[in-house]
Amino acid sequence: MPSTFTKTFDTPAYKGTVTIPLGLYINGKFVDPVEGGTIDVVNPATGKVVTSIAAGTKADIDIAAKAAKEAYKTSWGLKVPGTQRGKLMSKLAVLMEEHIAEFAALDALANGKAYNTAYGKDNKGAIAVMEYYAGWADKISGKTIETNEKKLAYTRHEPIGVVGQIIPWNVPMFSLSLKVAPALATGNTIVLKPSEITPLSALLFCTLIEQAGFPPGVINIVNGYGSTAGQAISEHPLIEKVAFTGSTLTGRRIMEAAAKSNLKSVTLELGGKSPSILFDDADLEQAVKWAIHGIYYNHGQNCSAGSRIFVQEGIYDKFLDQFTEQARAIKVGDPFSPDTYQGPQVSKTQFERIMGYITSGQNDGATVHLGGKQIGQEGYFIEPTIFTECQPNMEIVREEIFGPVACVMKFKTEDEVVEQANDTTYGLAASVFTKDIDRAIRVAHALEAGTAWINCSNHAEISMPFGGFKQSGIGRDLSEYALENYTNVKAVHVNIGMRM
Amino acid sequence: MSSFTYQFDTPSYKGTSTVPTGLFINGKFVEPVEKGTIEVVNPVNGKVITSVAAGTAADIDIAVRAARKAYKECWGLKVPGVQRGRMLNKLADLLQANADEFAALEALDVGKAFRVARNGDILASIGALRYYAGWADKIQGKTIETNEKKLAYTRHEPIGVVGAIVPWNFPLTMLSFKIGPALAAGNAVILKPSELTPLTALRLCPLFAEAGFPDGVVNLVNGYGSIAGQALSEHMDVDKITFTGSTLTGRKIMETASKTNLKKVTLELGGKSPSVIFNDVDLEQTVKWASHGIFMNHGQACTAGSRIFVQAGIYDRFLKAFTEHALSLKVGDPFARDTYQGPQISQTQFERIMGYIKSGKEDGATVHIGGERHGNEGYFIQPTIFTECKPNMKIVQEEIFGPVAAIIKFTTEEEAIEQANNTVYGLACSVFTRDIDRAIRVAHSIEAGTAWINCHNSSELSLPFGGFKQSGIGRELGEYALEHYTNLKAVHVNIGHRL
Repeated sequence: MPSTFTKTFDTPAYKGTVTIPLGLYINGKFVDPVEGGTIDVVNPATGKVVTSIAAGTKADIDIAAKAAKEAYKTSWGLKVPGTQRGKLMSKLAVLMEEHIAEFAALDALANGKAYNTAYGKDNKGAIAVMEYYAGWADKISGKTIETNEKKLAYTRHEPIGVVGQIIPWNVPMFSLSLKVAPALATGNTIVLKPSEITPLSALLFCTLIEQAGFPPGVINIVNGYGSTAGQAISEHPLIEKVAFTGSTLTGRRIMEAAAKSNLKSVTLELGGKSPSILFDDADLEQAVKWAIHGIYYNHGQNCSAGSRIFVQEGIYDKFLDQFTEQARAIKVGDPFSPDTYQGPQVSKTQFERIMGYITSGQNDGATVHLGGKQIGQEGYFIEPTIFTECQPNMEIVREEIFGPVACVMKFKTEDEVVEQANDTTYGLAASVFTKDIDRAIRVAHALEAGTAWINCSNHAEISMPFGGFKQSGIGRDLSEYALENYTNVKAVHVNIGMRM
Repeated sequence: MSSFTYQFDTPSYKGTSTVPTGLFINGKFVEPVEKGTIEVVNPVNGKVITSVAAGTAADIDIAVRAARKAYKECWGLKVPGVQRGRMLNKLADLLQANADEFAALEALDVGKAFRVARNGDILASIGALRYYAGWADKIQGKTIETNEKKLAYTRHEPIGVVGAIVPWNFPLTMLSFKIGPALAAGNAVILKPSELTPLTALRLCPLFAEAGFPDGVVNLVNGYGSIAGQALSEHMDVDKITFTGSTLTGRKIMETASKTNLKKVTLELGGKSPSVIFNDVDLEQTVKWASHGIFMNHGQACTAGSRIFVQAGIYDRFLKAFTEHALSLKVGDPFARDTYQGPQISQTQFERIMGYIKSGKEDGATVHIGGERHGNEGYFIQPTIFTECKPNMKIVQEEIFGPVAAIIKFTTEEEAIEQANNTVYGLACSVFTRDIDRAIRVAHSIEAGTAWINCHNSSELSLPFGGFKQSGIGRELGEYALEHYTNLKAVHVNIGHRL
């Protein structure tokens, strides 16, 4: 297979040439996979194959894990002081910024999101995350703890060692950065598997690692299928922690594999069916805009999508009118057109899944108030869709669709809506819209979700933790809290006077 | 509901204890749905003391419902932290007022010396309850700076319903280490004690209401691990499991969680902890600490210092002194005043340990002392020392959980560290030396969740405790434990961002 892929973009949003290596990046080099496999990368705007990347399997994960372990023991971990780790990460952030247009183009190409979104949100966000954690690298602290005067007792927050990371396709570079950054800041080495659907930007990232000054083996990136390379990461005896973002189904498999292998610790960031709740006294004009953003951002391919919209009856009709108007006005089209808001869904599989849910909603008696159909004949474009007359037990209300499909439901009282909002196995996020200070906080606190947004939706902060209650996940990404996922707490008791 | 009354008339303790034997659900003792029972055996003589009710999945379901109802209606954040703390303190007071009786029950059930149960287990239990009582009104989130158009903060909320599966080696203590932080943080709890040692847990149950806990906040379902424990791990309305016990069972629990509702899991599992002894030690103290490290609790401690690495220069003197000290340990009746070591917990454990001793002999290690059963009745084993041990022997790699020390000579620090780390476990370690640089360097180099310098098995309620590698996931004790009993919620209040 050819070892690089070059594409020249000549589009309204971006003009330039991007070249990326296609191999596995292990121990500072691009290599062929042991079993020689490849995976086709498809452009979801057209359904056509763009290129093929090397696909790793268990044998390659083994090589990578060994390289990462060796690097951890000899040239990373606490041997490299936090300040130095931070400097390398800052350098990496600078390089990511220098190449931001290329990263954005690759994400838009493989994922189908608008180039401007990939640039201004995904990749600006990825760079900001890298800088944020660069600043934490020399601030990893344990505690001294009072026990008695005959003992010095303290804790160390040590790196774990080799960590495995498996990232999703919906925000490729942002996911990569938010996993890699806290792991590096705390002194771990990494074996990371990008999504096989959107591997291109990760491959560009590999070319910056050595340039930034990281020793070989500190960051290893092995593309491959989840069921082979991902499974191998979950099982590998040298990998002592695995962090995963993706579907709940796969999250379960990873935790099971960890339990059956070396009891590696597991953090999972899984799905959601997040409620947006609009009370009568909401600032309606703003609430509509936030609700639109909540469900249609990233084509609905967002773990914290506000996909169940509960509207109090006093504003229901006005809300529906305005929400429908704005949904109708969403510009769906070519990712590389500057005014595109929504591109195609990421793959044929996802497309069919979403269309399947739309059919199920219709079969269950919900009303397609807007949309519900494919757009065009090429690629995986779906109309922004609104369902009304939804009942709590419908599949479209209970299950995560991961597409541009909103379920709008009317409610009367606060108690009723809190109960309905919590009636789900998920618990990733929630939004509440009201100007009443008591109600805003009371409801935000009553919702069983890891993030509660008040008078906004899907407005993340790098300094705030993000993760799920219930079956939406285990552990938190972002903020200082993520550092806990990547450290081993050691307690040291120094006897300076206790005699037996 | 039935109960069991035992008359103690021993040199260490005289008194009567009455223990209810049902399941404790929603503030009442009840019969199990399927009417099962489990016999409780006295490990001193292998005889049955009594039977207790044994629960199954049906009872776990009833208990979970009671816990969930209590959590929603009269517990959680509805009860301010200061009140939760008062209840925990009251529980500690009640335990304190009955400390001798609890110690006697523990000694009877586990076979540990009364004096040890009283001054170790019971004091640690009371201490843990009081320690976490103090944390109950100090559970804090953060306000986090983002920008002036947003108020952003975190809440450390209770998780909800917690299942706690407790082992047999320190029954009441482990139970307290779990309910302390769980209740302080506002969770409701279902306890599943070990089927081998249910007595002190049962005796504790009537005290919950007396301490002021609403019905359903703490529930107890005795039963077999594979039945009641499994049911708790599978239950779709249990939000978290905390487990202390064998690595094998820990794996099952994590697997079960992954296949059901992805409940959070913290595990405190086995160990094969190294004690590393350098030439420059205070020999007399080191011998005592190393002995305490392996022979405490009859070797039935997850942190047992079961691999003792001794530097060549001091090896002979250490072995002589250590052997002398081990020979002086009094093995006998838990209620005799001078007993140090009682029986192992059960026939199964006894056979397991004897099996390891046999394997050590077969693999060519030398039984320096011990290696045989002690006496003819019950599950007593002589304090045992193996020398001439090689790294690949089962007695060096696998957790024996008995009074069996494997002593290994080493030359250099690098060699000792490498051998110490050559294990899938990583619970604890100890290093003995007077050299400050070496002490800290070695403590930091060994892959273990606790490193003791010039001591061993010297725990603190305020320090986190837990394993690296396959010794576990998460930490107990200290402030750190609270993380495992709270759900982190981030709240973003938009006070100016306009779309």
